Amino acid sequence: MYPASFAYHRADSVEDAIARLEANPEASILSGGHSLIPAMKLRLAMPGEVVDISKIDGLKAIEIGDEIRIGAGATYRDIAAHEGIRAHLPILPEAISQVGDMQVRARGTFGGSIAHADPAADLTAVFVALDGRVKAVSSSGEREIGADEFFVDLWTTSLEPTEVITEVILPKPSESAGMAYVKHSHPASGYAVAGIAAVVVVQSGSVQQARIVVTGATSKPTRLSAVEDALNGATVNGDAIRNASEKAAEGIDINGDPYADEEYRAQLMRVLTRQALERATA
Amino acid sequence: MSSGDATRRISMTVNGQTYSADAEPRTLLVHFLRNQLGLTGTHVGCDTSQCGACVVDVDGVTTKSCTMFAVQADGASVTTVEGLADGNGYHPVQEGFWEEHGLQCGYCTPGMIMASAALLRDNPDPTEEEIRHGLEGNICRCTGYQNIVRAVQHAAKVAKVAREGSSVDATASAGQEG
Repeated sequence: MYPASFAYHRADSVEDAIARLEANPEASILSGGHSLIPAMKLRLAMPGEVVDISKIDGLKAIEIGDEIRIGAGATYRDIAAHEGIRAHLPILPEAISQVGDMQVRARGTFGGSIAHADPAADLTAVFVALDGRVKAVSSSGEREIGADEFFVDLWTTSLEPTEVITEVILPKPSESAGMAYVKHSHPASGYAVAGIAAVVVVQSGSVQQARIVVTGATSKPTRLSAVEDALNGATVNGDAIRNASEKAAEGIDINGDPYADEEYRAQLMRVLTRQALERATA
Repeated sequence: MSSGDATRRISMTVNGQTYSADAEPRTLLVHFLRNQLGLTGTHVGCDTSQCGACVVDVDGVTTKSCTMFAVQADGASVTTVEGLADGNGYHPVQEGFWEEHGLQCGYCTPGMIMASAALLRDNPDPTEEEIRHGLEGNICRCTGYQNIVRAVQHAAKVAKVAREGSSVDATASAGQEG
Protein backbone atom coordinates (compact mmCIF):
# COMPACT_ATOMS: atom_id res chain seq x y z
CA MET A 1 0.00 0.00 0.00
CA TYR A 2 1.75 3.13 -1.21
CA PRO A 3 0.81 6.75 -0.67
CA ALA A 4 0.80 9.13 -3.62
CA SER A 5 4.19 10.69 -4.31
CA PHE A 6 5.25 13.68 -2.30
CA ALA A 7 8.34 15.70 -1.49
CA TYR A 8 9.84 15.27 1.98
CA HIS A 9 11.39 18.07 3.98
CA ARG A 10 12.87 17.59 7.43
CA ALA A 11 12.45 20.94 9.14
CA ASP A 12 15.28 22.07 11.40
CA SER A 13 13.30 24.87 13.03
CA VAL A 14 9.72 26.07 13.41
CA GLU A 15 10.57 29.01 11.09
CA ASP A 16 11.82 26.56 8.48
CA ALA A 17 8.56 24.56 8.73
CA ILE A 18 6.44 27.71 8.40
CA ALA A 19 8.46 28.80 5.35
CA ARG A 20 7.67 25.47 3.65
CA LEU A 21 3.95 25.83 4.45
CA GLU A 22 3.99 29.32 2.95
CA ALA A 23 5.91 28.21 -0.13
CA ASN A 24 3.68 25.22 -0.85
CA PRO A 25 -0.07 25.32 -0.16
CA GLU A 26 -0.15 21.53 -0.64
CA ALA A 27 2.32 20.93 2.18
CA SER A 28 1.29 19.12 5.34
CA ILE A 29 2.97 18.95 8.74
CA LEU A 30 4.17 15.52 9.90
CA SER A 31 4.90 15.01 13.58
CA GLY A 32 4.24 11.54 15.01
CA GLY A 33 2.59 10.57 11.75
CA HIS A 34 0.05 8.23 13.29
CA SER A 35 -2.94 10.01 11.84
CA LEU A 36 -1.40 11.43 8.67
CA ILE A 37 0.46 8.37 7.40
CA PRO A 38 -2.50 5.94 7.68
CA ALA A 39 -4.62 8.55 5.84
CA MET A 40 -1.91 8.92 3.17
CA LYS A 41 -1.68 5.15 2.69
CA LEU A 42 -5.41 5.07 1.99
CA ARG A 43 -4.97 8.16 -0.21
CA LEU A 44 -7.50 9.99 1.88
CA ALA A 45 -4.69 12.52 2.29
CA MET A 46 -2.36 13.35 -0.62
CA PRO A 47 -0.15 16.25 0.46
CA GLY A 48 2.29 17.37 -2.24
CA GLU A 49 4.92 17.93 0.42
CA VAL A 50 5.43 16.53 3.90
CA VAL A 51 7.21 18.79 6.38
CA ASP A 52 8.61 16.68 9.21
CA ILE A 53 8.80 18.66 12.47
CA SER A 54 9.64 15.69 14.67
CA LYS A 55 13.37 16.45 14.76
CA ILE A 56 13.06 20.10 15.79
CA ASP A 57 14.86 20.73 19.07
CA GLY A 58 12.73 22.11 21.86
CA LEU A 59 9.32 21.02 20.59
CA LYS A 60 9.19 18.12 23.04
CA ALA A 61 9.73 20.00 26.30
CA ILE A 62 7.27 19.63 29.18
CA GLU A 63 7.28 22.42 31.76
CA ILE A 64 5.35 22.54 35.00
CA GLY A 65 5.08 26.11 36.22
CA ASP A 66 2.08 28.28 37.06
CA GLU A 67 0.71 26.68 33.92
CA ILE A 68 1.60 23.40 32.30
CA ARG A 69 3.23 23.72 28.90
CA ILE A 70 3.58 20.65 26.73
CA GLY A 71 5.66 20.93 23.57
CA ALA A 72 3.59 20.07 20.52
CA GLY A 73 6.02 17.29 19.64
CA ALA A 74 5.91 15.56 23.03
CA THR A 75 4.69 12.01 22.46
CA TYR A 76 1.86 10.42 24.38
CA ARG A 77 4.45 8.20 25.96
CA ASP A 78 6.61 11.15 27.10
CA ILE A 79 3.58 12.87 28.60
CA ALA A 80 2.17 9.82 30.39
CA ALA A 81 5.56 9.07 31.94
CA HIS A 82 6.21 12.63 33.15
CA GLU A 83 6.06 12.87 36.95
CA GLY A 84 4.76 16.43 37.04
CA ILE A 85 1.99 15.56 34.60
CA ARG A 86 1.04 12.50 36.62
CA ALA A 87 0.87 14.62 39.77
CA HIS A 88 -1.12 17.57 38.41
CA LEU A 89 -3.06 16.20 35.45
CA PRO A 90 -3.82 12.52 36.13
CA ILE A 91 -6.50 12.64 33.40
CA LEU A 92 -3.71 12.77 30.80
CA PRO A 93 -2.06 9.42 31.59
CA GLU A 94 -5.53 7.96 32.13
CA ALA A 95 -6.70 9.04 28.67
CA ILE A 96 -3.39 8.30 26.99
CA SER A 97 -3.48 4.69 28.21
CA GLN A 98 -6.65 4.37 26.10
CA VAL A 99 -5.17 5.84 22.91
CA GLY A 100 -4.37 3.40 20.10
CA ASP A 101 -1.69 0.96 21.19
CA MET A 102 1.86 1.02 22.57
CA GLN A 103 3.36 1.92 19.18
CA VAL A 104 0.87 4.72 18.54
CA ARG A 105 1.57 6.13 22.01
CA ALA A 106 5.33 5.93 21.38
CA ARG A 107 5.17 8.16 18.28
CA GLY A 108 1.85 10.02 18.36
CA THR A 109 1.80 13.52 19.84
CA PHE A 110 -0.67 15.64 21.82
CA GLY A 111 -0.17 18.59 19.45
CA GLY A 112 -0.75 16.37 16.44
CA SER A 113 -3.94 14.89 17.84
CA ILE A 114 -5.37 18.34 18.45
CA ALA A 115 -4.31 19.68 15.04
CA HIS A 116 -5.77 16.64 13.28
CA ALA A 117 -9.10 17.08 15.13
CA ASP A 118 -10.34 13.56 14.53
CA PRO A 119 -13.93 13.50 15.83
CA ALA A 120 -13.22 10.27 17.73
CA ALA A 121 -9.87 11.25 19.23
CA ASP A 122 -9.38 11.03 22.99
CA LEU A 123 -7.04 13.89 23.83
CA THR A 124 -9.17 16.49 22.04
CA ALA A 125 -11.91 16.09 24.67
CA VAL A 126 -9.38 16.17 27.50
CA PHE A 127 -7.88 19.37 26.06
CA VAL A 128 -11.32 21.04 26.10
CA ALA A 129 -12.21 19.73 29.57
CA LEU A 130 -8.96 21.15 30.94
CA ASP A 131 -9.71 24.52 29.26
CA GLY A 132 -6.37 24.46 27.43
CA ARG A 133 -4.93 26.71 24.76
CA VAL A 134 -2.56 26.13 21.88
CA LYS A 135 0.26 28.42 20.92
CA ALA A 136 0.13 28.84 17.14
CA VAL A 137 3.09 30.35 15.34
CA SER A 138 3.23 31.83 11.84
CA SER A 139 5.55 34.24 10.04
CA SER A 140 3.41 37.14 11.25
CA GLY A 141 3.87 36.21 14.90
CA GLU A 142 2.27 33.97 17.44
CA ARG A 143 -1.13 33.76 19.06
CA GLU A 144 -2.97 31.57 21.52
CA ILE A 145 -6.21 29.83 20.66
CA GLY A 146 -8.48 28.65 23.47
CA ALA A 147 -9.95 25.16 23.41
CA ASP A 148 -13.53 26.42 23.16
CA GLU A 149 -12.68 28.25 19.93
CA PHE A 150 -10.21 25.80 18.46
CA PHE A 151 -12.37 23.01 17.03
CA VAL A 152 -14.64 23.97 14.14
CA ASP A 153 -15.96 20.74 12.64
CA LEU A 154 -14.88 17.26 11.55
CA TRP A 155 -11.09 17.39 11.09
CA THR A 156 -11.34 21.18 10.97
CA THR A 157 -9.81 23.70 13.37
CA SER A 158 -9.39 27.46 13.53
CA LEU A 159 -5.68 27.04 12.81
CA GLU A 160 -4.59 28.93 9.69
CA PRO A 161 -2.96 26.85 6.91
CA THR A 162 0.45 28.40 7.56
CA GLU A 163 0.32 28.22 11.36
CA VAL A 164 2.18 25.58 13.36
CA ILE A 165 1.21 24.53 16.87
CA THR A 166 4.28 24.70 19.08
CA GLU A 167 2.78 24.25 22.54
CA VAL A 168 -0.29 22.99 24.31
CA ILE A 169 -0.87 25.10 27.42
CA LEU A 170 -3.00 23.80 30.26
CA PRO A 171 -3.95 25.69 33.42
CA LYS A 172 -2.74 23.96 36.55
CA PRO A 173 -5.92 22.61 38.18
CA SER A 174 -6.67 23.55 41.76
CA GLU A 175 -5.98 21.00 44.48
CA SER A 176 -9.70 20.37 44.78
CA ALA A 177 -10.21 19.47 41.12
CA GLY A 178 -11.12 15.91 40.23
CA MET A 179 -10.88 14.55 36.73
CA ALA A 180 -11.61 11.44 34.71
CA TYR A 181 -11.79 10.21 31.11
CA VAL A 182 -13.92 7.19 30.25
CA LYS A 183 -14.74 5.82 26.84
CA HIS A 184 -16.50 3.06 25.04
CA SER A 185 -14.09 1.90 22.34
CA HIS A 186 -14.98 0.54 18.95
CA PRO A 187 -13.84 -3.07 19.32
CA ALA A 188 -11.94 -3.13 16.02
CA SER A 189 -10.49 0.37 15.68
CA GLY A 190 -10.12 1.30 19.34
CA TYR A 191 -11.52 4.75 18.57
CA ALA A 192 -14.14 6.24 20.86
CA VAL A 193 -17.74 5.36 19.98
CA ALA A 194 -18.29 7.83 22.78
CA GLY A 195 -15.88 9.21 25.35
CA ILE A 196 -16.41 11.63 28.23
CA ALA A 197 -13.78 13.86 29.80
CA ALA A 198 -14.81 15.43 33.10
CA VAL A 199 -12.99 18.03 35.19
CA VAL A 200 -14.89 19.00 38.32
CA VAL A 201 -13.81 21.44 41.03
CA VAL A 202 -15.54 20.68 44.32
CA GLN A 203 -15.32 22.91 47.37
CA SER A 204 -16.97 22.23 50.71
CA GLY A 205 -18.98 19.46 49.13
CA SER A 206 -20.46 21.46 46.27
CA VAL A 207 -19.47 21.87 42.65
CA GLN A 208 -17.71 25.16 41.91
CA GLN A 209 -16.92 24.48 38.29
CA ALA A 210 -17.49 21.59 35.88
CA ARG A 211 -16.29 21.08 32.34
CA ILE A 212 -17.76 17.94 30.82
CA VAL A 213 -16.88 17.11 27.21
CA VAL A 214 -17.96 14.39 24.78
CA THR A 215 -15.88 12.97 21.92
CA GLY A 216 -16.67 10.26 19.38
CA ALA A 217 -20.41 10.95 19.29
CA THR A 218 -20.20 14.43 17.78
CA SER A 219 -18.42 16.12 14.89
CA LYS A 220 -16.03 17.84 17.30
CA PRO A 221 -15.36 17.67 21.04
CA THR A 222 -18.41 19.28 22.58
CA ARG A 223 -19.15 20.54 26.08
CA LEU A 224 -22.27 19.11 27.66
CA SER A 225 -23.69 22.39 28.90
CA ALA A 226 -26.89 20.87 30.31
CA VAL A 227 -24.76 18.58 32.49
CA GLU A 228 -22.46 21.42 33.51
CA ASP A 229 -25.43 23.65 34.42
CA ALA A 230 -26.99 20.88 36.50
CA LEU A 231 -23.75 20.35 38.36
CA ASN A 232 -22.71 23.93 39.04
CA GLY A 233 -23.51 24.75 42.66
CA ALA A 234 -24.95 21.29 43.32
CA THR A 235 -24.05 19.29 46.40
CA VAL A 236 -22.02 16.31 45.25
CA ASN A 237 -23.87 13.08 45.87
CA GLY A 238 -25.21 10.13 43.92
CA ASP A 239 -28.53 11.82 43.16
CA ALA A 240 -26.89 14.96 41.79
CA ILE A 241 -24.60 12.90 39.58
CA ARG A 242 -27.46 10.74 38.28
CA ASN A 243 -29.61 13.78 37.66
CA ALA A 244 -26.86 15.61 35.77
CA SER A 245 -25.85 12.51 33.75
CA GLU A 246 -29.40 12.06 32.49
CA LYS A 247 -29.00 15.39 30.66
CA ALA A 248 -25.87 14.29 28.77
CA ALA A 249 -27.51 14.19 25.34
CA GLU A 250 -29.67 17.31 25.80
CA GLY A 251 -29.10 19.84 23.05
CA ILE A 252 -26.26 17.80 21.52
CA ASP A 253 -26.17 17.03 17.79
CA ILE A 254 -25.17 13.36 17.90
CA ASN A 255 -23.75 11.52 14.90
CA GLY A 256 -24.97 8.04 14.04
CA ASP A 257 -23.40 5.38 11.88
CA PRO A 258 -24.25 1.76 11.06
CA TYR A 259 -22.31 0.57 14.09
CA ALA A 260 -23.88 2.94 16.63
CA ASP A 261 -26.97 5.03 15.93
CA GLU A 262 -27.85 8.33 17.60
CA GLU A 263 -30.04 6.75 20.27
CA TYR A 264 -27.39 4.24 21.27
CA ARG A 265 -24.70 6.93 21.44
CA ALA A 266 -27.02 9.13 23.54
CA GLN A 267 -27.43 6.29 26.03
CA LEU A 268 -23.67 5.69 26.06
CA MET A 269 -23.15 9.39 26.78
CA ARG A 270 -25.48 9.25 29.80
CA VAL A 271 -23.80 6.15 31.21
CA LEU A 272 -20.24 7.32 30.55
CA THR A 273 -20.99 10.76 32.00
CA ARG A 274 -22.22 9.15 35.21
CA GLN A 275 -19.11 6.97 35.38
CA ALA A 276 -16.80 9.90 34.68
CA LEU A 277 -18.50 12.07 37.31
CA GLU A 278 -18.36 9.30 39.89
CA ARG A 279 -14.65 8.90 39.25
CA ALA A 280 -13.92 12.63 39.14
CA THR A 281 -15.67 13.28 42.44
CA ALA A 282 -14.55 10.13 44.28
CA MET B 1 4.12 14.47 -10.55
CA SER B 2 6.32 17.19 -9.11
CA SER B 3 9.55 16.90 -7.22
CA GLY B 4 7.75 14.35 -5.10
CA ASP B 5 8.97 11.51 -7.28
CA ALA B 6 12.64 12.15 -6.59
CA THR B 7 14.49 9.48 -4.68
CA ARG B 8 17.04 10.42 -2.13
CA ARG B 9 19.96 8.60 -0.59
CA ILE B 10 19.34 7.69 3.04
CA SER B 11 21.51 5.94 5.59
CA MET B 12 20.60 4.10 8.71
CA THR B 13 22.15 1.65 11.10
CA VAL B 14 20.19 -1.58 11.15
CA ASN B 15 21.14 -4.23 13.68
CA GLY B 16 24.52 -2.56 14.11
CA GLN B 17 25.35 -2.42 10.40
CA THR B 18 25.27 0.81 8.39
CA TYR B 19 23.29 0.79 5.15
CA SER B 20 22.85 3.47 2.48
CA ALA B 21 20.26 3.16 -0.26
CA ASP B 22 17.97 5.26 -2.41
CA ALA B 23 14.36 5.64 -1.39
CA GLU B 24 11.37 7.59 -2.60
CA PRO B 25 9.87 9.68 0.19
CA ARG B 26 6.73 7.55 0.05
CA THR B 27 8.62 4.29 0.69
CA LEU B 28 7.53 2.91 4.03
CA LEU B 29 10.26 1.82 6.43
CA VAL B 30 8.99 -1.77 6.35
CA HIS B 31 9.35 -1.94 2.56
CA PHE B 32 12.81 -0.37 2.75
CA LEU B 33 13.91 -2.99 5.28
CA ARG B 34 12.45 -5.89 3.34
CA ASN B 35 12.97 -4.93 -0.29
CA GLN B 36 16.08 -2.79 -0.25
CA LEU B 37 17.98 -4.29 2.66
CA GLY B 38 16.65 -7.85 2.30
CA LEU B 39 15.69 -8.06 5.97
CA THR B 40 12.50 -10.06 5.59
CA GLY B 41 12.11 -10.95 9.25
CA THR B 42 9.90 -7.89 9.61
CA HIS B 43 6.49 -8.77 8.16
CA VAL B 44 3.68 -6.84 6.51
CA GLY B 45 0.34 -8.00 7.84
CA CYS B 46 -2.49 -5.55 7.51
CA ASP B 47 -0.82 -2.52 5.93
CA THR B 48 -3.19 -0.29 7.93
CA SER B 49 -1.28 0.18 11.20
CA GLN B 50 -3.47 -2.30 13.04
CA CYS B 51 -1.75 -5.67 13.25
CA GLY B 52 1.79 -5.07 14.52
CA ALA B 53 3.54 -7.70 12.36
CA CYS B 54 5.97 -4.94 11.27
CA VAL B 55 7.10 -3.74 14.70
CA VAL B 56 10.77 -2.75 14.98
CA ASP B 57 12.71 -0.39 17.25
CA VAL B 58 13.75 2.99 15.83
CA ASP B 59 16.23 4.79 18.07
CA GLY B 60 14.95 2.64 20.92
CA VAL B 61 11.28 3.49 20.29
CA THR B 62 8.87 0.68 19.47
CA THR B 63 7.52 1.47 16.02
CA LYS B 64 5.13 0.05 13.44
CA SER B 65 7.44 0.25 10.44
CA CYS B 66 4.43 0.42 8.09
CA THR B 67 3.52 3.74 9.73
CA MET B 68 6.82 5.49 9.17
CA PHE B 69 8.48 6.59 5.96
CA ALA B 70 12.01 5.33 5.44
CA VAL B 71 13.18 8.94 5.00
CA GLN B 72 12.01 9.65 8.56
CA ALA B 73 14.52 7.05 9.74
CA ASP B 74 17.41 8.65 7.84
CA GLY B 75 20.26 8.68 10.37
CA ALA B 76 18.42 6.48 12.85
CA SER B 77 19.42 3.24 14.51
CA VAL B 78 16.95 0.46 13.80
CA THR B 79 16.67 -2.95 15.41
CA THR B 80 14.67 -5.68 13.70
CA VAL B 81 13.92 -9.19 14.93
CA GLU B 82 17.08 -10.38 13.16
CA GLY B 83 19.18 -8.19 15.44
CA LEU B 84 17.32 -8.61 18.71
CA ALA B 85 19.42 -11.39 20.22
CA ASP B 86 22.79 -10.44 21.60
CA GLY B 87 25.37 -12.86 20.25
CA ASN B 88 24.55 -16.51 19.62
CA GLY B 89 21.81 -17.15 22.14
CA TYR B 90 18.19 -16.18 22.10
CA HIS B 91 16.81 -12.99 23.54
CA PRO B 92 14.73 -13.84 26.64
CA VAL B 93 11.56 -13.05 24.69
CA GLN B 94 12.56 -15.41 21.87
CA GLU B 95 13.27 -18.06 24.47
CA GLY B 96 9.88 -17.42 26.03
CA PHE B 97 8.10 -17.90 22.69
CA TRP B 98 10.07 -21.12 22.17
CA GLU B 99 9.42 -22.54 25.63
CA GLU B 100 5.74 -21.58 25.87
CA HIS B 101 4.85 -22.30 22.24
CA GLY B 102 3.92 -18.65 21.71
CA LEU B 103 3.21 -19.11 18.01
CA GLN B 104 1.46 -21.33 15.55
CA CYS B 105 1.80 -20.07 11.96
CA GLY B 106 4.47 -17.59 13.00
CA TYR B 107 3.34 -14.70 10.84
CA CYS B 108 2.77 -12.27 13.71
CA THR B 109 5.76 -13.55 15.67
CA PRO B 110 8.49 -11.06 14.68
CA GLY B 111 6.26 -8.15 15.61
CA MET B 112 5.00 -9.87 18.75
CA ILE B 113 8.56 -10.50 19.86
CA MET B 114 9.73 -6.94 19.13
CA ALA B 115 6.70 -5.47 20.90
CA SER B 116 7.13 -7.80 23.87
CA ALA B 117 10.79 -6.85 24.19
CA ALA B 118 9.80 -3.16 24.17
CA LEU B 119 7.13 -3.83 26.76
CA LEU B 120 9.63 -5.53 29.07
CA ARG B 121 12.13 -2.68 28.67
CA ASP B 122 9.55 -0.29 30.12
CA ASN B 123 8.07 -2.73 32.59
CA PRO B 124 10.35 -5.68 33.42
CA ASP B 125 7.81 -7.38 35.68
CA PRO B 126 4.37 -6.87 34.09
CA THR B 127 1.10 -8.31 35.30
CA GLU B 128 -0.94 -10.40 32.89
CA GLU B 129 -3.24 -7.40 32.35
CA GLU B 130 -0.27 -5.15 31.58
CA ILE B 131 1.02 -7.68 29.04
CA ARG B 132 -2.35 -7.85 27.31
CA HIS B 133 -2.63 -4.06 27.30
CA GLY B 134 0.93 -3.68 26.01
CA LEU B 135 0.32 -6.09 23.13
CA GLU B 136 -2.97 -4.51 22.04
CA GLY B 137 -1.32 -3.33 18.85
CA ASN B 138 -0.35 -6.86 17.80
CA ILE B 139 -2.87 -9.22 16.31
CA CYS B 140 -2.50 -13.02 16.25
CA ARG B 141 -5.09 -15.09 14.45
CA CYS B 142 -3.88 -18.50 15.66
CA THR B 143 -3.06 -18.67 19.32
CA GLY B 144 -5.85 -16.88 21.14
CA TYR B 145 -2.98 -15.05 22.87
CA GLN B 146 -2.82 -17.38 25.90
CA ASN B 147 0.58 -18.81 25.04
CA ILE B 148 1.86 -15.43 23.93
CA VAL B 149 1.08 -14.02 27.38
CA ARG B 150 2.79 -17.02 28.96
CA ALA B 151 5.79 -16.49 26.67
CA VAL B 152 6.18 -12.90 27.86
CA GLN B 153 5.79 -14.01 31.48
CA HIS B 154 8.49 -16.63 30.86
CA ALA B 155 10.75 -13.99 29.32
CA ALA B 156 10.24 -11.71 32.31
CA LYS B 157 11.24 -14.56 34.61
CA VAL B 158 14.33 -15.46 32.57
CA ALA B 159 15.42 -11.84 32.43
CA LYS B 160 14.90 -11.47 36.17
CA VAL B 161 17.03 -14.51 36.88
CA ALA B 162 19.71 -13.16 34.57
CA ARG B 163 19.58 -9.72 36.24
CA GLU B 164 19.81 -11.15 39.72
CA GLY B 165 22.53 -13.52 38.60
CA SER B 166 21.37 -16.43 40.77
CA SER B 167 21.07 -18.79 37.83
CA VAL B 168 21.63 -18.30 34.14
CA ASP B 169 21.21 -21.97 33.26
CA ALA B 170 17.82 -21.43 31.66
CA THR B 171 19.09 -18.86 29.14
CA ALA B 172 22.22 -20.80 28.35
CA SER B 173 20.45 -24.07 27.55
CA ALA B 174 17.80 -22.40 25.43
CA GLY B 175 20.51 -20.70 23.40
CA GLN B 176 21.97 -24.05 22.43
CA GLU B 177 18.66 -25.30 21.12
CA GLY B 178 18.72 -22.58 18.45
